[in-house]
Amino acid sequence: MTAPLLSVRGLRKRFGGLVATDGVDLDVVEGEIHALIGPNGAGKTTLITQLFGELTHDEGAIRLSGEEIGALKTPQRVARGLARTFQINQLLPDFSMLDNVALAVQAHAGHSFRFFADARRDEGLRSRARQHLAAAGLSHRAETKVADLSHGEQKQLEFAIALACEPRLLLLDEPMAGLGHAESEQMVAMLSALKGRVTMLLVEHDMDAVFKLADRISVLVYGRVIATGTAEEIRDNPEVRTAYLGEGDA
Amino acid sequence: MSDNTIERAAPAPLAIGTLLATLLLAAALIALPFAMQALGQPALVPLASRVLIYAVAAASLNLALGFGGMVSFGHAAFFGVGGYVVGILYQSYTGDEPFLGLIPGTDQLLITLPAAILVAGLLALVIGALSLRTSGVQFIMITLAFAQMLFFLFVSLKVYGGDDGMTIRRRNALFGLNTRDDATFYFICLAVAAVVFLLFWRIVRSRFGLVLAGIRQNERRMAAIGIAPYRYKLAAFVISGMGAGLAGALMANYMRFVSPDMLHWTKSGELMIMVILGGVGTLLGPLLGAAALVTLETVLTSWTEHWQLVLGPVLLLVVLFTQGGLNGLLARLRPGRSAR
Repeated sequence: MTAPLLSVRGLRKRFGGLVATDGVDLDVVEGEIHALIGPNGAGKTTLITQLFGELTHDEGAIRLSGEEIGALKTPQRVARGLARTFQINQLLPDFSMLDNVALAVQAHAGHSFRFFADARRDEGLRSRARQHLAAAGLSHRAETKVADLSHGEQKQLEFAIALACEPRLLLLDEPMAGLGHAESEQMVAMLSALKGRVTMLLVEHDMDAVFKLADRISVLVYGRVIATGTAEEIRDNPEVRTAYLGEGDA
Repeated sequence: MSDNTIERAAPAPLAIGTLLATLLLAAALIALPFAMQALGQPALVPLASRVLIYAVAAASLNLALGFGGMVSFGHAAFFGVGGYVVGILYQSYTGDEPFLGLIPGTDQLLITLPAAILVAGLLALVIGALSLRTSGVQFIMITLAFAQMLFFLFVSLKVYGGDDGMTIRRRNALFGLNTRDDATFYFICLAVAAVVFLLFWRIVRSRFGLVLAGIRQNERRMAAIGIAPYRYKLAAFVISGMGAGLAGALMANYMRFVSPDMLHWTKSGELMIMVILGGVGTLLGPLLGAAALVTLETVLTSWTEHWQLVLGPVLLLVVLFTQGGLNGLLARLRPGRSAR
């Protein structure tokens, strides 16, 4: 078997006395959708944030295709093929949707020390960006300012921006949170359409979505991975039932 | 997708209205000295030169403050150093004593202006490289501290006049022009200002400009798409410092005098007031702000020496009620157009 795309070993993070990540081991295999579930406060977002380099870990190793990336800063990790969406939207509110995506395309196209040509008239960037917006079903709102969008649209835009980074591994932090039923279904459809083309680590509370999408599931409780397996294995795991599913959260 | 929301697929070509307004402004600025002459008010020409010089300085600050979100309270450092480059080069030229025994002096504007830009840029590189490791209030304070350090340095440098500053007997020479002539000097300032505003107009729309605006809005988002903000902020800060240095060099020529006053923190404050008065993060705002402040100062000082007592409330009203300074006010007079 080839090395997993993402391999995390013994990852640890302390905030004072609180151990937020307590020796996490995790493998994400190329092409899979790997869901990460767990009760509130289990440290899912903290883990994502460390994988993405926005928070430094205290101990452990993070490898992407066998290459250690734990010491790299976020932009460098993005250059190696990582991208994430945020649970709390991180967008450019004064810019249009198209601007937001075009900037991601631009960032992917090399340095931006270009001072003279009008970037909004750069058809190369703009048409790529429009494709990504179309793929996310947002074409009709391309010129709308982000501040004027609904929460659901912003969520979809987060996703379109992440895809514009053309990642090998996409870290999704609760992409369905706060979405209505129809929007949620749309997001599930988008994710499953991408399945196989982009490897994903999916943090999500919506269990229907998780069981529908995930090839494998890892369960995080109190900063530890207590189980990893297919949907059936996780559903039948007694430890998981008591720690998580039994709490009525599902 | 849905056909009830009609959106433009591409940005509209440069609106005719904007183009017309720009041409009108340019024509008015070119005609100004002749008009003043005809109206029998030639004393207003130097005032207009002052406006243009401050407009260059304020526009430069605005690149960092308005477009880049870096609230620098130390731009007097670059403005003043630009002035001192002109002063020191002139002193070396007349005294026939190379600066530091190495660099020969000059009175040629085509050398002093680039020299001022270069020195101010290098200074901005050093100050920026250190200051940009902080943000928010710390950034404001550290830029202020650097500028004040420079202020006290020049106060103590007796070779360059210390507190009293240094007089530049003649304005720098440009080709065979009589730079002493108010109208001639005005046109030099106008040419420089036109180039600077044209450059900034390009920069804010470029890839670099969009990245800068993105960093102002959300640094975390920019890092997440693979952009390391520091380098871009530093580049913008350096460009901003270079512009302020250029303005300082023009100001030294205009006044034929340089003193630590140009480096004082109140000068940084004045530049900031111009930016805020005119409209933060707008292209033409700094020009409007500079015009407003210089005019206010001139008119009000003829009434009372406590003119700032009136300036304060005016500034308050503008900030509270115009939403985007004078530029925002102008934009709202033209219906159907946004402030930017």
